[in-house]
Amino acid sequence: MATRRAARYGMTDLLAAKEMVVVCGSGGTGKTTVAAALGTQAAVQLGGRVLVLTVDPARRLATSLGLGPLGNTAVQVPASAFAEMGVECRGELWVAMLDTKAGWDELIRRHAPDAELRDQVLANPLYRNITGRFVTSHDYIAMEQLHDLHASGEYDLVIIDTPPSRNALDLLDAPGRMKEFFGGRLLKWLTVPYRSKLFAAASKPFTQIADRVLGSRFLQDIADFFILFQTMETGFVARAGEVERLLVDDRTTFIVVSTLEAAPAREARFLADELHRRKMPLGAMVLNRTMPVSVRRPAVVKAAAALRDVSANTAQVRALAKASAAKPAEVSRVLDEVAERFRDITVVAGREAERRSELESAAPITAVVPTMASDVHDMAALLTIGQHLANPTPR
Amino acid sequence: MSGLLDRQLLFVTGKGGVGKTTTAAAIADLAARSGKRTLLCEMDAKGAVATAFDVRELTYQPVEVRPNLFAMAMNTEDALREYLRIFARVPLVGRIGPLARTFDFMADAAPGVKEMVVIGKLCYEVRERHYDLVVVDAEASGHIVAQIDAPRAIRELVQVGPVRDQTEWMLKILGDHERTGLVVVCTPEEMPVVETAELVDKVRRTTDVDVAGVFVNRMLSQWFDGRDLEVFEALTQPAAQALLADDVGANAAEVFAAAQLAQSRHLAAEEQLERLVELLPDGVPVHQVPELYTKASGRRVVSLLADELAAVLG
Repeated sequence: MATRRAARYGMTDLLAAKEMVVVCGSGGTGKTTVAAALGTQAAVQLGGRVLVLTVDPARRLATSLGLGPLGNTAVQVPASAFAEMGVECRGELWVAMLDTKAGWDELIRRHAPDAELRDQVLANPLYRNITGRFVTSHDYIAMEQLHDLHASGEYDLVIIDTPPSRNALDLLDAPGRMKEFFGGRLLKWLTVPYRSKLFAAASKPFTQIADRVLGSRFLQDIADFFILFQTMETGFVARAGEVERLLVDDRTTFIVVSTLEAAPAREARFLADELHRRKMPLGAMVLNRTMPVSVRRPAVVKAAAALRDVSANTAQVRALAKASAAKPAEVSRVLDEVAERFRDITVVAGREAERRSELESAAPITAVVPTMASDVHDMAALLTIGQHLANPTPR
Repeated sequence: MSGLLDRQLLFVTGKGGVGKTTTAAAIADLAARSGKRTLLCEMDAKGAVATAFDVRELTYQPVEVRPNLFAMAMNTEDALREYLRIFARVPLVGRIGPLARTFDFMADAAPGVKEMVVIGKLCYEVRERHYDLVVVDAEASGHIVAQIDAPRAIRELVQVGPVRDQTEWMLKILGDHERTGLVVVCTPEEMPVVETAELVDKVRRTTDVDVAGVFVNRMLSQWFDGRDLEVFEALTQPAAQALLADDVGANAAEVFAAAQLAQSRHLAAEEQLERLVELLPDGVPVHQVPELYTKASGRRVVSLLADELAAVLG
């Protein structure tokens, strides 16, 4: 007789215990969907005000949540979207999209000492270039927004879907790099008045090279910009410090999303190790779009192989043909095809099984989300994924 | 199509997880097989190209990983060093300290310069005709425009000076549709398809680089069509399933469920492929590459994919 075990600490408990969730992992693993499903799950099960800050939501996903194009300001998913699925949502689900450019402008507005400097920075071509064109700036803004939204006190839970990074670590390093940047010799050197630079013998080789590559005019443009920027140093550095602390705060948790393909799985493992090394709390690992485990069960594999025997058995084929209004030859052909193709599926499932066992030990909670029959773009699918996320994994 | 492999510089990009590196490696492999002296360059230093060819580690100095195929990993500091030597004529003996600082400086304070130096290295290999074809395992789709468009960004940003002077010849190579092309890799799923269409649009609107083609990787094959599909559907119905359960046991249901899942995924993939073709402007070739059901990794997968590409490109 089965004894009832105490309920295992699961995803819902994690969401209940934390205030900020950072969903990370390599691109193409379904982070956005997982973030949305976690938010849905939290709003439905736990109640409260839940915000999902997403980077680039699939448009159909936004539409199916009853939302138009998402902007920098949060919008609430209408209760009717849940009611239509026959689900009662105890809390509120809010969604916003990360807008890097607006995020930067907001930072400048906040930290600029006066209106004139603010406008000078906002209109500077180098500033526009840095914020608009170069994507590494996404990482810092994402973390900054997480901090802001949490500090606003408007939400019980903020879930952030992180931007695609060149390297997953960029995200974790972003606040530290921002601090370093202001404290670094580089900025100090740049913002020393031009004349005294000429006399600083120590920086001469550097000046020479920089001048050869960039030209003195461009160097001067850069210096001008950073002199402007330096007026905001105190505010920026203090802020970056707060954001950095947030990443190791015990109200924060990281959830790593991976598929069971080779490259994402390797990256997930690496990310988990790095989080651990940095004492950043890895709360859960989500293995997304997996093959159903049942296809590896020996009995199922045997059943698939046995379909060939059936297809060679005249009596059985005839009975099946009758039941399915088909010709016996057709039934044989289809059965053989099912048996043959099933072997492809087993190959993939076998590949996945090994990676799965490697990743399962990485985090206190492992959630497995099977591959869906179609792309996820409606509330029904989000709720289904939410259930997979919430339920303990069969090992 | 007018030979993809007849160009001299191909950037291969795509959203994370769609098989960008393997595709770049397979294109390079295919070119090398046909006798072209080929350089494959990895841009993001993650070591994926090294994995694809089962070599330990790649460096800035290219190594021949198979006949005619040379592989290197881009390194911005080495690229800058070479740039300084060739274009700025800076003597570099004993100047490591300032060089490293200059490098940091560019990364932090002069955005675009670093990217330009890197693109400059690739264009230089093309200009000097060191190789018949340079294949770049480029940045992912979110970053690719910043990368290939760096020379133009610099030209807009910098009014006069040595960096600006170097942008002209690079832009000429990058904008030459006969020589340079961008290959976008995606999978038949909603987000990769949407992003691919958006990227192609952005590249065509904001840069002079030609979109040489889109590869749709991992097209799931169709299990059944026409009459066989009808028969399959009929076999999933209770009457037939009851017989099958008698014949092979209750697990028959699991087998058919998996088959149905695969069939649905196939239909979803077909739908996304159609959408992609609809969203893309005319004249952008779309190639389908089937899912490879193999557990092999590394060189073997590259080789298999190269076979598929050979068939696809005709």
